[in-house]
Amino acid sequence: MIEHVWLIPAFPLAAFLVNGLFGRRWLGHLTGLIGSAAIGASAIVAIGVFFEVLAGHSRTIVPLTIAGIRYQWIAVGDFSVDVSALVDPLSAVMMLVVTVVSFLIFVYSNGYMAHDHGFYRFFTWLSLFVFAMLILVMADNYLLLFVGWEGVGLCSYLLIGYWFERPEPYFAAKKAFVMNRIGDWGYTIGIIVIFLVFGSLNFGDVFRRLDESAPEQGVLTLICVALFFGATGKSAQLPLHSWLPDAMEGPTPVSALIHAATMVTAGVYLVARSTPLFTAAGSALTLVAVVGTLTAIFAATIALVQVDIKRVMAYSTVSQLGYMFLALGVGAPIAAIFHLATHAFFKALLFLGSGSVIHAMDNVQDMRRYGGLRRKLPWTYWTMLIAGGALSAIPPLAGFWSKDEIVGAAFTNGYPLLWGVGVLTGALTAFYVTRALWLTFHGEPRDHHLYEHAHESPPVMVLPLAALAVGSALVGFIGVPPEGGFIHGFLKPALEARGGEVAEATRSPALVTALGLPATSVAAGLIGIAIALSMYVRHRPDPAAVARAAGAYYRILVNKYYVDELYDHRFVDLARAFAGAAWAFDIHIIDGLANRLGWLLSLSGTGLRRLQTGVVGNYALSIVAGLLLVLGAYGAYAAGVIKP
Amino acid sequence: MTHLLTLLIVIPLAGLVPLVIFRRDDRAVKQVAITTTAVELALSLWMLAQFHIGEADFQLVERIDWLPSLGIRYFVGVDGISVLLVPMTTLLTFISVLYSSGGAIKMRLAEYMTAFLLLEVGMVGVFLALDLFLFYVFFELMLVPMYLIIGIWGGPRRIYSTLKFVLFTLAGSLLMLVGIVAVYLASGDAGSRTLSLPELIEARGSFSADFQFWVFLAFGLAFAIKLPMVPFHTWLPDAHVEAPTAGSIVLAGVLLKAGGYGFLRFALPLFPFGVQAWLPAMILLSVVAILYGAVVSAVQKDLKKLVAYSSVAHMGFVTLGIFVLNQQGGVGAVLQMLNHGFVTGALFLFVGIQYEKTHRRMIADLGGLANIWPVYTTLFGVFVLASLGLPGLNGFVGEFLVLLGTFRFPGVPLGGLFWGPLAAIGVILAAVYLLWMFQRVMYGPIRESYRLLPDMTRLELACAIPLLVLTVVLGVVPQPFIAIIEPSLDRVVRLATDPGLILMAAR
Repeated sequence: MIEHVWLIPAFPLAAFLVNGLFGRRWLGHLTGLIGSAAIGASAIVAIGVFFEVLAGHSRTIVPLTIAGIRYQWIAVGDFSVDVSALVDPLSAVMMLVVTVVSFLIFVYSNGYMAHDHGFYRFFTWLSLFVFAMLILVMADNYLLLFVGWEGVGLCSYLLIGYWFERPEPYFAAKKAFVMNRIGDWGYTIGIIVIFLVFGSLNFGDVFRRLDESAPEQGVLTLICVALFFGATGKSAQLPLHSWLPDAMEGPTPVSALIHAATMVTAGVYLVARSTPLFTAAGSALTLVAVVGTLTAIFAATIALVQVDIKRVMAYSTVSQLGYMFLALGVGAPIAAIFHLATHAFFKALLFLGSGSVIHAMDNVQDMRRYGGLRRKLPWTYWTMLIAGGALSAIPPLAGFWSKDEIVGAAFTNGYPLLWGVGVLTGALTAFYVTRALWLTFHGEPRDHHLYEHAHESPPVMVLPLAALAVGSALVGFIGVPPEGGFIHGFLKPALEARGGEVAEATRSPALVTALGLPATSVAAGLIGIAIALSMYVRHRPDPAAVARAAGAYYRILVNKYYVDELYDHRFVDLARAFAGAAWAFDIHIIDGLANRLGWLLSLSGTGLRRLQTGVVGNYALSIVAGLLLVLGAYGAYAAGVIKP
Repeated sequence: MTHLLTLLIVIPLAGLVPLVIFRRDDRAVKQVAITTTAVELALSLWMLAQFHIGEADFQLVERIDWLPSLGIRYFVGVDGISVLLVPMTTLLTFISVLYSSGGAIKMRLAEYMTAFLLLEVGMVGVFLALDLFLFYVFFELMLVPMYLIIGIWGGPRRIYSTLKFVLFTLAGSLLMLVGIVAVYLASGDAGSRTLSLPELIEARGSFSADFQFWVFLAFGLAFAIKLPMVPFHTWLPDAHVEAPTAGSIVLAGVLLKAGGYGFLRFALPLFPFGVQAWLPAMILLSVVAILYGAVVSAVQKDLKKLVAYSSVAHMGFVTLGIFVLNQQGGVGAVLQMLNHGFVTGALFLFVGIQYEKTHRRMIADLGGLANIWPVYTTLFGVFVLASLGLPGLNGFVGEFLVLLGTFRFPGVPLGGLFWGPLAAIGVILAAVYLLWMFQRVMYGPIRESYRLLPDMTRLELACAIPLLVLTVVLGVVPQPFIAIIEPSLDRVVRLATDPGLILMAAR
């Protein structure tokens, strides 16, 4: 199966081409079926590949060959990049997660998008997205990874701006693309320096030469910081996080697939893939951990007060991605990938469930107008409850195992402060999830008109919810027991640091710590839930009173720390003023000088011009003037400069 | 076929005969012009097929004494650098003529097509000439028809713009003429003087450092104005705004390349010391062009001006790649020239198509066109993405190689690790101004007055599809093209960086 690994991206690519070329005129709603079938086929191949890797093919490089010729993409001088795939446990896990979650979201979209007039467009771009995402995770070198990296960014742009008649979506789309591009600047610098230092962009070559040559610490740090800057753009970490909440302007399945389950984890994947580099450049790892932790708590606090259900989920995603970077930073890449996988299931489910609610509520996303929906949407309610439990890290749901491992690793690997923040963020997480679910499904309906018309979604949408719920409940068990589960043994060979030393913490903590750490996390989660229930069920304390008491801090949270104001107004205004000044300089100074020079020349020509008829004459005149100039210049020149 | 290159120069001239005969019949004029440029295109592809990949030296060479007493020759040939630029030229000319035959030109069609055929002679000749005098003749020959195309078939301010274009370019090329005469006199004793490139390369050992400094300046100014480099660029936006669509396509697509090509073909191999002396200035101006062109693009209100300023930024990558003097930079620069030809040519084509329908070019007057033109939106979108350097499309390959070459280039103050990241900012800025333009033109609600305007016609599609195919192919499988360019480019870089000669000149 591994030798056919290229089939995995080939199916979505074919679906993209077929849907794109024939969708608008001929295929119509068939595009949904074609897309889903293609991704389904990819998923089957990915499962096959996964089992083969499991059976012991721990590292295979599969070059793409066309008619027997190796596909060399760019090769100039000593620089050379092939199109070839790296199949190892890490990419196998990623391919599996991407194809399976994508397949479920594709199925769901057939129902969700059924009445949209751009149906074919949606499935064309979504297929392209899956293709690009697969290239990203399969690439065996940094440049091909960049192709997928930019490709998913493009699809994100197209799909955020999917409803382009309204201004908000396309502004959000451009914001997403530009902020990603700012990150890509770092990525570009990172990979070029990697090439200059290691003479290759292949993962294998780079990591091997890292062992052999032990380059300077400063250069390694530069590389890692630059790569990580790229990762903060794609994975919405501070300071490049603010595009992701705006990206919720896209259709909800897009939010679930691109902006929760897959694309935004690309930064995590990049850093995990580069583990040997980051491990060798120790200080960069600390930066990753600190940025991740700060982002986690920063976004979680914002999520506490948002009233738009999708925005709550968006900030939650930013926060959870922060956890993954925390894991990477404290030297637990396996925990990061583990959390990436579980998060893909439960966060996709939360988004799709939100979509089901939004669908039922006539596209209203404001939770203040929801309430009591569990009676109308039982399937949505129960599946979202499981996902919410998983996000709150309630044992034995998936999120518990993976998040607990991250927070625990922070403690055992010597970052007690980050551990504390992680635990606190866990309590905040449990609070906002409980709040969102309560406001949506419990209590009394607050908008009776909407409530009356609400109805459960069709099976084509509910079945994916159920499937994801099963995943959200059970996927965590691949990581049981902690540090010794299936996923750990499976990923270890792929995430080994140099010298065969395993990056994962190998110290076995004392029994007290081993039990005490999870207990603390669970307690924090339960406290969060308890406070939320107390506030929203019994109004003790009343949420409105709390908001009044918090005063300024509450306003800061509602306004998301004013980051959008700073970026979208201050920075953009400044840039615009600068560009305007540059243009004025161009017109008045540079061009002004040229025109004045021309005016001087034409003074002499004005009189003569009357002798000429029409524009052609001007040219002849210029030629004559030019020839005189040349002869004069030549005389002066030949006399002065050229020595006999 | 031994006289292939001469045939390439002669065919457009031959097309003039039936064009003059049938000048009263617009239909016949169109047929003649389209047929001539199509034959020329086919022949240039045949030339490409004859080309031996992997050889650095000139091929298909023809050499006839022209003015033997002066040592001036009719001397043409192609190497890996020019062999791709010629088909690019013939393709863009063909597309221009094809598009113009669709009704965009309302008067004096025969004269218009005559200008285009003459222009094609000049453009093809520039890329084929291996004798400096011949090169100069073709370089100037490009000027006249373009002057007429803008001045007669242009917009309201056409006279100002075309005069500006001519005066700028002429100022540069006259300096080059001075340089050519100087090189001629320095090439040997009376009787053995020459202007043939290979012989000049032999003779360049005798060019003193002082001489190289000034002659490089003379040539460099001509090419810098043509490209154009900042601060000699202000003729470009004006010329583009007033030029008819086809004129813009050829102006941006081909004429600007003559500057970059001139650097590679003549300035680098002939004056290695001059290159070294002017290197810091060239690198600085290139990076300035990349950033400055992008920043100024961002605030343009006129669609054509925006694309014109973006050309300044993109050509900055070309000069940057040339002057970092290594394989990656140089190959990237040549690829960037091709890519810019196809992509910016296409962008001007699309702006023109849009203008023909809406009669609006101000961005503020447009909007929502995606609602009514799905095909146009998709294709225009692909070219915009190529222009902003999306991997998988052609723009990325050239820009990435140029950046790579810049990073590893130690020969400027502050080093490549300073200039590389600075130039890379241009890639962010490209996304800003292009996407902002795209959303303002294509997205949003549609104006009622545009609602019934038709999507692209068959003719417009026929013009766009070849460019689309090349944009994708050059992005996905650039390697065959790199294989053609690399040996010759490598030779130019070695000639320009020959340490022995640089030392000798310095002494």
